[in-house]
Amino acid sequence: MSERSTAEKRNNDGPLRRVLDGVVTGRPWFVTVLAILLALVVGAILIVVSDQEVLSKYGYFFASPGAALGSSWNDVATAYSALFKGAIFDPGNASSLTSALQPISETLTEATPLIFGGLSVGLAFRAGLFNIGGQGQLIIGAIAATYIGFTLHGVVALPAAIIAGIIGGAALGGLVGLLKARTGAHEVIVTIMLNYVSVAFLAYLINTGTFKDPTNPQPVSKPVTAGARLPHLAGDTLRLNAGILIGIAAVAFTWWLLNRSTLGFQLRTVGANPNAARTAGMNVGRVQIMAMLFSGGLMGLVGVSQVLGTANANNALTPQIDAGLGFSAITVALLGRASPIGTVVASLLFGALQAGGRAMQVSSANVSIEIVTVIQALIVLFVAAPPLIRGLFRLRGGESVDTGLAAKGWNG
Amino acid sequence: MTLELKGITKRFGSLVANDRIDLRVEEGEIHCLLGENGAGKSTLMNVLYGLHRPDEGQILVGGEPRAFDGPRDAIAAGIGMVHQHFMLIPAFTVAENVMLGDERVRAGGLLDHAKARKDVAEISARYGLRVDPDATVGDLPVGVQQRVEIVKALTREAEVLILDEPTAVLTPQEIEELFTVMRSLREAGRSIVFITHKLKEVKAIADRITVIRRGAVVGTASPDAGEAELASMMVGRNVRLQVEKAQHTGSDTDPIFSVRDLTVLGENGQVVVDDLSFDIRRGEILAVAGVQGNGQTELGEAILGLRPPAGGSIRLEGRELTGRSPRHVLRSGVGYIPEDRSLDGVVGSASVAENLVLDLYDVSPFGRRGSMDVGAVHSNAAQRVEEFDIRTSSVETAVGTLSGGNQQKVVVAREMSRPLRLLVASQPTRGVDVGAMEFIHSRIVAERDQGRPVLIISTELDEVFALADRIAVMYRGKIMAIVPPDTSREDVGLLMAGVNPGDGAAPAEEETIPEEVGDE
Amino acid sequence: MTTTLATPSAATEAPATGRSRRRWYVGGVMILIGAYGLVAFGLGTRTAHGRTSTFGLDLVGAGGVDMPDLKVPAATTAMVLSVICVALGVARMAVEPRRLWRVLTTTAFLACFIAAFLVWATANQSLNFASVLNATVLAAVPLILGALCGVLCERSGVINVAIEGQFLFGACAAAFTASLTGSLWAGLVAGCLAGALLGAILAVFANRYKVQQVVLGVVLNLLAAGLTGFLYDRILQPNSGGYNQALAFPNLRIPGLVSIPVIGPVLFNQNIIVYATMVLIAVVQFGLFHTRWGLRTRAVGEHPTAADTVGIKVLATRYRNVIIGGLISGLGGVWLTIGLNIPFNKNMAAGQGFIALAALIFGRWSPLGALSAALLFGFFEAISTSLQPLGTPVPSQFLTMAPYLATIFAVAGLVGHVRAPAADGQPYG
Repeated sequence: MSERSTAEKRNNDGPLRRVLDGVVTGRPWFVTVLAILLALVVGAILIVVSDQEVLSKYGYFFASPGAALGSSWNDVATAYSALFKGAIFDPGNASSLTSALQPISETLTEATPLIFGGLSVGLAFRAGLFNIGGQGQLIIGAIAATYIGFTLHGVVALPAAIIAGIIGGAALGGLVGLLKARTGAHEVIVTIMLNYVSVAFLAYLINTGTFKDPTNPQPVSKPVTAGARLPHLAGDTLRLNAGILIGIAAVAFTWWLLNRSTLGFQLRTVGANPNAARTAGMNVGRVQIMAMLFSGGLMGLVGVSQVLGTANANNALTPQIDAGLGFSAITVALLGRASPIGTVVASLLFGALQAGGRAMQVSSANVSIEIVTVIQALIVLFVAAPPLIRGLFRLRGGESVDTGLAAKGWNG
Repeated sequence: MTLELKGITKRFGSLVANDRIDLRVEEGEIHCLLGENGAGKSTLMNVLYGLHRPDEGQILVGGEPRAFDGPRDAIAAGIGMVHQHFMLIPAFTVAENVMLGDERVRAGGLLDHAKARKDVAEISARYGLRVDPDATVGDLPVGVQQRVEIVKALTREAEVLILDEPTAVLTPQEIEELFTVMRSLREAGRSIVFITHKLKEVKAIADRITVIRRGAVVGTASPDAGEAELASMMVGRNVRLQVEKAQHTGSDTDPIFSVRDLTVLGENGQVVVDDLSFDIRRGEILAVAGVQGNGQTELGEAILGLRPPAGGSIRLEGRELTGRSPRHVLRSGVGYIPEDRSLDGVVGSASVAENLVLDLYDVSPFGRRGSMDVGAVHSNAAQRVEEFDIRTSSVETAVGTLSGGNQQKVVVAREMSRPLRLLVASQPTRGVDVGAMEFIHSRIVAERDQGRPVLIISTELDEVFALADRIAVMYRGKIMAIVPPDTSREDVGLLMAGVNPGDGAAPAEEETIPEEVGDE
Repeated sequence: MTTTLATPSAATEAPATGRSRRRWYVGGVMILIGAYGLVAFGLGTRTAHGRTSTFGLDLVGAGGVDMPDLKVPAATTAMVLSVICVALGVARMAVEPRRLWRVLTTTAFLACFIAAFLVWATANQSLNFASVLNATVLAAVPLILGALCGVLCERSGVINVAIEGQFLFGACAAAFTASLTGSLWAGLVAGCLAGALLGAILAVFANRYKVQQVVLGVVLNLLAAGLTGFLYDRILQPNSGGYNQALAFPNLRIPGLVSIPVIGPVLFNQNIIVYATMVLIAVVQFGLFHTRWGLRTRAVGEHPTAADTVGIKVLATRYRNVIIGGLISGLGGVWLTIGLNIPFNKNMAAGQGFIALAALIFGRWSPLGALSAALLFGFFEAISTSLQPLGTPVPSQFLTMAPYLATIFAVAGLVGHVRAPAADGQPYG
């Protein structure tokens, strides 16, 4: 009976009422907000307990509780305000337009590879596949883009390098899809293994004559030519580059692919119910191969933006070119619930955390940027288990949040 | 030990699966529980085994009232169960399976394989249950696996043994062996509850018979009762669905759809459709009747191309469909309503509109050059929702949230929204309400009246009689007979049970049955 | 009628045909690889001119029995070994062997091919084979422990891809606690408990909240990497003298056994964690197949409903196994720091948790299989570093790839069928 009345209310009442209703019944978006807050709280606790000075004050907590609590607060406030200043806006450093826009530029730059990666993992999710092979695919994409990038000159260099990156990633992703469709090899195992194969391959390649930069003692490739770099968008001091434009195009394309194309229709059907897809005459294996091709191609774009963008100063391959993005991408896709729009929002959030995290590390708070990874992981963990959040906050409601991934084992 | 159930009632939501059931099983008695699929036999046994808790009623074991919180309690009370789907671990040996949960151990939790083997050997010798304790269960034929299940129950000192549809998976020889075992158990004073819908078997083994229909006991009988009497108790004779339907006229035309010598293999390589042949003519409904698991599912899947046939041919209007992909078959004009809609028919998380174009997404006007026209998908959906009276709040609603009847209407609407040359409908009204059932039946008849050949596969006799122009009864992968729709219900019931009404209770396997008894 | 008769016989023949095709295929590949070895190793220029390969068999500083160096003529030895490879391939093609013989011939084939490769690589130079074996053991220890954790989790039906994270947790906790308290044993206990803690989180989210287990493992790995990295930056590194020292358990010589030629010093002059690993392998292998706990664990991983109907508590079994598994992979983390005399460093597990997962899969979810796979992978790791000074044209990275490629071949069914426990990864209840 109460169910019906809430449902009716939801239809009849105004927006405020609906927000309140969502809060009370613990609807998915509200669970997500709570998950983020909870993760930030855990982060704050970690900052406090890892600060020796503050901890020493807890030694005399009963003598002067104010000192302990005050310096705890101080610690967290310094850290999180540095995070905000590094990610959104820093009132103390807004003398010129460029410096005022600096944090936003950083956030967008950090968000760019996450967008590609999140789209890639999300696309595979929608087809019922879990692509943990981002690391490998982006490395192969980066290798292909770099090779074309330092070989070609002039106006063709950039588009050719981008396409090479997409093809590189797609080739590795497609291989996974092919093995899955033909032999039933579980994509998770194959992608994990290919990650390490790709890392080793990169380590090998970067020391060969073809790739190695002869002027650099470190294992670094030759830089790409000037023509192959993604141009800055807002002046040379801001890192914001054309990668974000490709990102927007990729979001639009993926949205169309998933929601408006016949392939996307098959992809979603295969992901939601492969039996029904087969009964409706779809070729499940072919659809899985296509999904992994596109997923890999999008991961290839992560590699492209890592090499051709402003992520590294040299525009060259390094052994750490993947920067853990293959795995961050998974958190983005999970938080964005595998939808292109959700992915953009999640990328911006995690991009901001990343940009702010760097500011936090160099600020007086001196908090390691690793805290960002912790917060990201916690957010996703909390979002993945809505009953946990509802239980912690004593919320009603039981609408489950669909991550688009049915539980399945290695055999299926 | 006697077992008594008093007034057991079990509800699932609004569905009453068991309605005040009384049952008394005496010591050393083989008590048959006879009823059609879905009559509530398995629910009752799950209540007895502690897997479901009854809403009302009492279980008495040896005169003592008992409450079971789980299988463990039931086992402790001396009840053993052989599930229809065996609860055996294929990767384990027989001895391991038998002792699991009740392990023979030496000091320190070490498994005593020798003792386990000895126990198995002892039980199998005592009751003639031949099993090799060291064989891996997954390698054994189903008949032997069933013996392992019985041994498993007996080593737990079961006084009352429940056998849930034990013969469904057995060959005639294996059934004979099972009966021998059951008789020796009876002699040893054990009670057996034997659940089945096969009349022949009931008559062969039962001491007493309780017939269940629609969740309630309709009566008890002795094994001397005639098969016709038992059949009518089981299937009921009063309910006949009425569907407005003109007399079939097209018997003079050539067959449009023909299946010849079709053989299909199951998952484990066993023959499930056995050298089957039939024809369907213009504007004719052929209904395949039969108990679930006699090869009907695989017949449907083979026609669609989901399951490649091992032999024979399937032709529609002279064109070969054998071995073609489902896509090709659908595009040849076959409408296919799958047996299990939630598994194969709809994508629960997708919208009504999308489900209505599940196999039409890439043809005009919905798809053009890789792109889909959402407007066309929606206007199509609006039209179908109207035409097929699909009760949904909008075409954007996820199909999984609709009632079973409306989900089925989505499937029916989709399959009938393109020009058809043949309609294949498996269990077209399973689990739908009466209103949706009538609607779907009338649409199927409308297809037939437009001259389409229609194949209905149904385990519901009511449905078969309401729709069929001819009835083909399947038993063990073969067609027992093809009979006209005015054949008596009892005779069809007998055919479904593998008995040919023409010659008493002789087993079907031993005779040559004319392929089309009573046709024309 | 003919169709009906023909069908069943066709059905029974089908698997046999598949098996004989596999026989031709496997034998053919073995012959090709052997022939390649013959041409590349035996007839190549590296082994030409009557060069000899020298293998040292004494582990420096271990004080076992003195063994003379093994000197072999490079070309002849490589050729003989390659010919044995070809012969094994021919034998495999000719007859369908029983399982035991299949395993033995495959092992012999691999051993001969690798030996031929080593003879070729060492031509005109010298390689201390005993130290390669020692490095193999050191590299295999965490792989074995991680894979044993995987055996416990996955045999009970919970997929654990968070072994990497458990290594990091264990390594960090062990280094920190041992440095802080000055007690290696306290470090060991803390490391194991840290692994178990991550295991407990995995178990709760998998069993209670039914989160997709692979996703869960990936997220837990990120959490572990972030958390240990954060603690390293904030606490361990600024006070490395107090909180993050290089410490290690001393080696314990086992008298008698250490005198076994060649392998004695390699296996029996190690620290307590190596011995604990050996014991754990035996305990898990024996426990899984010979105790009530093992039987129930496997039942729950194969068919939880069947286990439930005979009164086994499915979820309790899973919780227990995942947490015990966490203790074991925590020990793997302990090994990385206070087992090897190395202070904690960010991401120091460096993918070893995933190689452990590979060893688990390649070893077909059995403790002994995982042991063999871990030793093989450890051996690849060891020779990839030992070969560098020898100046072979084979890039060490290709040897690094070998375990991963082997696992891909395994799951793609190219080297026999790999099957996980039937209910692995499926939540129950």
